[in-house]
Amino acid sequence: MAPKKTPLADPVKEQPSECPAQAASAEPLAPGKTTTSRRDFLKAGGMLSLSSLMGAGALMAQSDEARAAIEWAEHFQGNYRLMTPKEKAEARARLEKRYSAEYGKKVTVDGTEAQPNVLMGYALNVRKCIGCRRCVKACVAENNQSRGKEAGQNIEWIQVLKMERGEFSKEKMNQGYPEGLGIQVGGNAYSPAGTVLEGQYFYEPAAVPEKDATYMPIACMQCEKPPCVKVCPVRTTYREPDGVVVIDYNWCIGCRMCMGACPYWARRFNLTTPVLPKEEMNPVTHYLGNRPRMRGVVEKCHWCLQRTRQGRYPACVEVCPVGARKFGNLLDPESEVSLILARKNVFRLKADLNTFPKFFYFYD
Amino acid sequence: MQKLMSFAPDYFYYILKGGMKFYAWMGFLAILSAIALYGFYLQNTEGLIVTGLTSQIHDGLYFANLVFLVGVAAGAVTIVFPAYVHHHKAMHEVTVLGEMLAISAVIMVTLFVLAHMGRPDRLWHMIPFIGIYNLPGSMLGWDVLVLTGYLLLNFVCGFYFLYVKYSGGTINRKFFMPLIYVSIVWALSIHTVTAFLISTMPARPMWFHSVMPIRFIVTAFAAGPCLIILIFQIIRKNTKLWIQDEAINLLSLIITWCLGIALFLTLSEVVVELYARTEHADGLYYLMFGLHGLTRLVPWFWGSLIAMIIAFAMFLTPGIRTNYKLLPIACVLAFGGIWVEKGMALVVPGFIPTPIGEVTEYYPTMIEVMMTIGLWAMGFFILTILLKGAIGILLGEVRFGGAAKSIDSASSGKTAAYESR
Repeated sequence: MAPKKTPLADPVKEQPSECPAQAASAEPLAPGKTTTSRRDFLKAGGMLSLSSLMGAGALMAQSDEARAAIEWAEHFQGNYRLMTPKEKAEARARLEKRYSAEYGKKVTVDGTEAQPNVLMGYALNVRKCIGCRRCVKACVAENNQSRGKEAGQNIEWIQVLKMERGEFSKEKMNQGYPEGLGIQVGGNAYSPAGTVLEGQYFYEPAAVPEKDATYMPIACMQCEKPPCVKVCPVRTTYREPDGVVVIDYNWCIGCRMCMGACPYWARRFNLTTPVLPKEEMNPVTHYLGNRPRMRGVVEKCHWCLQRTRQGRYPACVEVCPVGARKFGNLLDPESEVSLILARKNVFRLKADLNTFPKFFYFYD
Repeated sequence: MQKLMSFAPDYFYYILKGGMKFYAWMGFLAILSAIALYGFYLQNTEGLIVTGLTSQIHDGLYFANLVFLVGVAAGAVTIVFPAYVHHHKAMHEVTVLGEMLAISAVIMVTLFVLAHMGRPDRLWHMIPFIGIYNLPGSMLGWDVLVLTGYLLLNFVCGFYFLYVKYSGGTINRKFFMPLIYVSIVWALSIHTVTAFLISTMPARPMWFHSVMPIRFIVTAFAAGPCLIILIFQIIRKNTKLWIQDEAINLLSLIITWCLGIALFLTLSEVVVELYARTEHADGLYYLMFGLHGLTRLVPWFWGSLIAMIIAFAMFLTPGIRTNYKLLPIACVLAFGGIWVEKGMALVVPGFIPTPIGEVTEYYPTMIEVMMTIGLWAMGFFILTILLKGAIGILLGEVRFGGAAKSIDSASSGKTAAYESR
């Protein structure tokens, strides 16, 4: 039980198992194969009329013919979850080609499927967090979020909420409510004292932790019963077998129902084409993870699928200077996260909503 | 078959001809629509960043109008129901006009959906078989289903009736009446599901209560007939079709009580939320008094409440209700009040504060406002066409075999008008 134990399977074992894993994961799709071919058939016929409409737009916008052809093909690809392994590989290859040309470097789009016997989990020590917000910055750098100057071009998946410590003093004893009616309710109790989920998340002090402040980092909770998945009209967001809620950015219609349904404000909308400088772009990507997004789609934290499915920690866990963030396999009783759940005082955020997050908070 | 073949040309020919007033109105609407198309182009090249939407408040003017217009569409049932269930004679004569309004309102809803979406080019992802249609899970999926059904029902009922009237046949009641009854229940369903769309999200406490569907329905049955009365009065003034007073009087009676219930439900919500004043009431508190110094919606809320109360008092007074000079004022007040209350004042505070307690405000941009006006213009464009065709058939000016005659009468009518000028 070394603290730095690889969260999932160990890398040596994982490497050779990559191909069989993909083949194995294709098996559950096999019964649906007939559906897939019918879908293709219908698509070929039914899409002709649409193609004239959308094709014109796609071609006009692109000067580069090859890029146009790729985007053209992207327009008509199906939902990633229902693709055959071959279609998935083709979709990724297409993206690799386009991204490599766009960002001027070799970009890989990984498609590693969920590994068997893995249920990812996360635990955060609220006592340890010092509010340095390095996780926020690391997340943006790792996951290719938009980082423009204008409002609406900045997307961050993690918020470290800063909450004031309350100050109870003799002077405040009579500052109750309602005042002047002869009836006294409260007093000091109306002072802020870590009011749950009412805090600032943009702050840049000279030094952290600040006096009189506590911190509460939040991000996507990867719920076991995710309200966002239920409301999605096209099933573009879904739960993967290893527990992570992902989005097929190419299938999202941008209706934003999921954003309304999320009780943790974890989802972000690409109001415009994401601003992602070439030199800052992270070329190691996953199809359901950190690959560059497009205008008009929703995105959120996916626990760095491009890392965690390769046996690495998420960027936020790696960067945390105080070790407040822990990540691992909930099905492995010896994993760090499992041990925390077994031994520490653990709670989930907004547990009353029955979303069953796999993001746990704990304190020593 | 021959009748059917000549129906379309006769119908469209009748629509196309009109006086200066008609062309000026349609031209005006067309210009506004063109501006909306430009806005739509911007939204789909620049992105929704040209609107005032943010990741905090991601549904705004478009969603608000969408919700409101579903109500207008459902409101058409206030004509159909008395006509076919209570055999109200005056209503029965003009039922088809209500169906035409329902068709236009649903088309407007579709337009606002397209404006609202981040990727309208991917709408085909929702089409069953070639895409994925998430039923029964997604409430939005249900909403699309019931709205499409309602559009089809009204289209079939409306145009079947018009066609029979045109060809001089009799209505096949075995086919027609079941559809009418289904459409009455269906009208309730569209607004119920639209209410469920937002009231099934515990993440948004302001919407998360079961009064929402009935509140939606009563406001719809108040706002819808308000628009219908205004349209009826315009029709009475500008066409030869005389809509009887009884029809208008019944509609104002329906408005009176639906508006009364709507006010009652609003006040109930205020009492329940503000008595305990939990954090879940922050949205309503923001709307009524502002939160953390942000008060942008406060005048809208009180303005709409006052407008609705004045309108209710006016409708309640028989002397005003039957005074057709004052009635339009009451209708405009009620319609405007409900538009604010059920639109912006319902949708936007749902996002204030956000689920993590952040209080931000929503500033619709010029493009958003122009888009909204333009999409309403498109809707009125379609409504004018549909109403004109329907009125022509109801008047008997368009009928099978009467095409040649009607051209003569039209040309003579035109010269007469010309001479009189």
